[in-house]
Amino acid sequence: MTSLPEQTQKKLGLVIDLDTCVGCHACATSCKEWNASGYSAPLTDQDAHGADPHGAWLNRIHSYEVGDGAESRTVHFPRSCLHCETPACVTVCPTGASYKRAEDGIVLVNPDTCIGCKLCSWACPYGAREYDYEDGTMKKCTLCVDRIYNETFAPEDRIPACVRACPTGARHFGDLGDPSSAVSQLVQEREGFALLPEIGYRPVNRYLPPRPRRDGHSPDVAATVAPPTRGTGSLADQFFAWADKALAR
Amino acid sequence: MNPAYSVIVFTTASGAGYGLLIGLAAAAALGLVPIDALFGFLGLGVALALITTGLLTSTFHLGRPERAWRALSQWRSSWLSREGVAAIATYVPAGALGFGWVFGEMLPHQIAAGAGLSVACAFATLWCTGMIYASLPTIRAWHQPLVAPIYVAMALATGSVLLILMLAAFGYPLRWAAAAIIASAALAWILKARYWAAIDSAEKTYTAESATGLGRFGTVRPLDPPHTQPNYVMREMGYQVARRHAVKLRRIAALLLFAVPILAGALLLLNLAAPVQIAIAALAAVSTAVGVLTERWLFFAEAEHIVVLYYRGGTA
Repeated sequence: MTSLPEQTQKKLGLVIDLDTCVGCHACATSCKEWNASGYSAPLTDQDAHGADPHGAWLNRIHSYEVGDGAESRTVHFPRSCLHCETPACVTVCPTGASYKRAEDGIVLVNPDTCIGCKLCSWACPYGAREYDYEDGTMKKCTLCVDRIYNETFAPEDRIPACVRACPTGARHFGDLGDPSSAVSQLVQEREGFALLPEIGYRPVNRYLPPRPRRDGHSPDVAATVAPPTRGTGSLADQFFAWADKALAR
Repeated sequence: MNPAYSVIVFTTASGAGYGLLIGLAAAAALGLVPIDALFGFLGLGVALALITTGLLTSTFHLGRPERAWRALSQWRSSWLSREGVAAIATYVPAGALGFGWVFGEMLPHQIAAGAGLSVACAFATLWCTGMIYASLPTIRAWHQPLVAPIYVAMALATGSVLLILMLAAFGYPLRWAAAAIIASAALAWILKARYWAAIDSAEKTYTAESATGLGRFGTVRPLDPPHTQPNYVMREMGYQVARRHAVKLRRIAALLLFAVPILAGALLLLNLAAPVQIAIAALAAVSTAVGVLTERWLFFAEAEHIVVLYYRGGTA
C-alpha cells in the first residue's frame, strides 16, 4: 500500500557529521558489500571490468569546495535515502512495492512486487534511489533493516553497516522521533539540518554542519605559507637546475 | 531527463488514439458521421490499436513487464496507477460503442451513452498521463499547471488529423472536422507557446547551496565526484540538450505539429476534389506525427531534475 501511515511509532534515521567525515567512502563500500547479499540483493554492477563500469549503490559520497579564498573548505558529503516522513517516492508508486513502515518509519521497496517503472526515482530530489539494470527493480537504502533487528548479532553490530564502518564516528543511527535519544540530542546541540525542506517531503535524516575554526578566525594564508624557495645561484643550485633540465628531456 | 523512446511512443501513440476515439465518439453522438459498419470498424479499430500499441510499448519501459498488472492497485495515491485504471476502463464503453456501431444493434440514446462514457474515460486517461509529470516537484519544467491541459490538447490535435484522413478516405463530409483541426491545433499551439515561455522565465530556485544545506558557508562547488562513471541517477536524470538545439527543435515542432495541420484544415474547408483532400490529409498526418514525436522528445530532454545539483552544482 503506497498510501503513507498517519504517523510512525519511531523515526529511525541517520545523523551525518559533515565536520568529521573525511570522505573515505568506507560507508559506501560497506553498504554495497552488506546489501549485495542482504534485503535488497542482488545489487548488480554492469560492465564491471569494461570501459563503462557502473552499478547500483545505496550511498554516494560527494566532495565539495565550500566558500571562497582563505575561508574555503573541503566538505565531504555522504548522500543516501533520508527516510522522509511524507515521501512522494512512496505515493507515486503504482504497485504498492514502495512503502513506509508504520512501526519505525523506514522506507523500503518490496523487491518481489516492484515493476521497475522508475517513477519513484523521478520523485526523489536526493537521488537516493538507483535502478538495478539487471534485476529490473529499484534499489534504495534499507537502513539495514536486516541488521538492526537481528538478534543473532552482537548488540554493537545491530546498527546500519555504514555506521558500523565509519572510522571517524561521523555517522550516527537512532530514533529521531524521540527527543531524548542520543541522535536527537546531537542534532539539537550541533544545530543539525534537513536537506531541501522546501520540497516538503520532511526528511528524517539530519546533517551536522562543519564546526567553526577552533581559533575563531581564518588563517592568513599569505603570511603563514612561506614563498617557494628559489635557488641562491650557488654552484650546487646550478648543477641541480642543469640536472633537472637534462632529466626532463 | 532521459527521453526514453518507449515512453515517447507510448504517450504520442495512445494520445493520438484517445484523441481519435474522442473525435469519433463525439461525431457519432452528434450525428456528424453515418453509423456505417466499415467506417466504425476501421475508425474505432485504428483508435484502439493506437491506444493498445502505446500501452504495450509503455511496458517496455518497465524492468519487470510481467508484473505490470500490479500497477492497477494504487489508484488512491498514484497518478500512474490511475492512468492504468482509466486506460483499461476506457476499453469498456469504447468496445460497447464499437459493437453497436459495427453491428448496428444500438438505439441512438445507447450510442450517445457509449460515446459519452468513451469521451469521459479518454479525457480522464489523458489527464492522468499529464498529472504523472505535473505532480513531480523535483522537475521544474514538468511541475507546471499547463502540463496536463497540454497532454489533452495534443491528443485532440493529433487525433483530429487522423479523423479527417479517415473521413477523406471514405468521402464523407469533413468540413466540421477541418474546423476541429484548426481549433484543437490552435489551442495546443497557444498552450505550448505559453508553456515554453513559462519554463524559460521560471526562476531557478534550487541551488547546490540549498541542496547541500551548506550555503551559509559560501558557494558550493563540486570537487571530487562520488564515482568515476555515470550511474543510473546521472544517466536517467542528467540528460541535457543544448539550448540552441532546443530552440531549433521547438520551431520544427511548432511548424509540423501546429502550423501545417492548421493550414491543412483551412484548405480542407474549401471545395477540393476528393483525391486532393486525401493527399492534404495524409500530408498533415505525416507532419503531425513527426511534429508530436519532436515535441514529446523535447518535453523530456528539456526537463531538468534537481538531483543534478549534487553532481554539477549551480542552479536548477
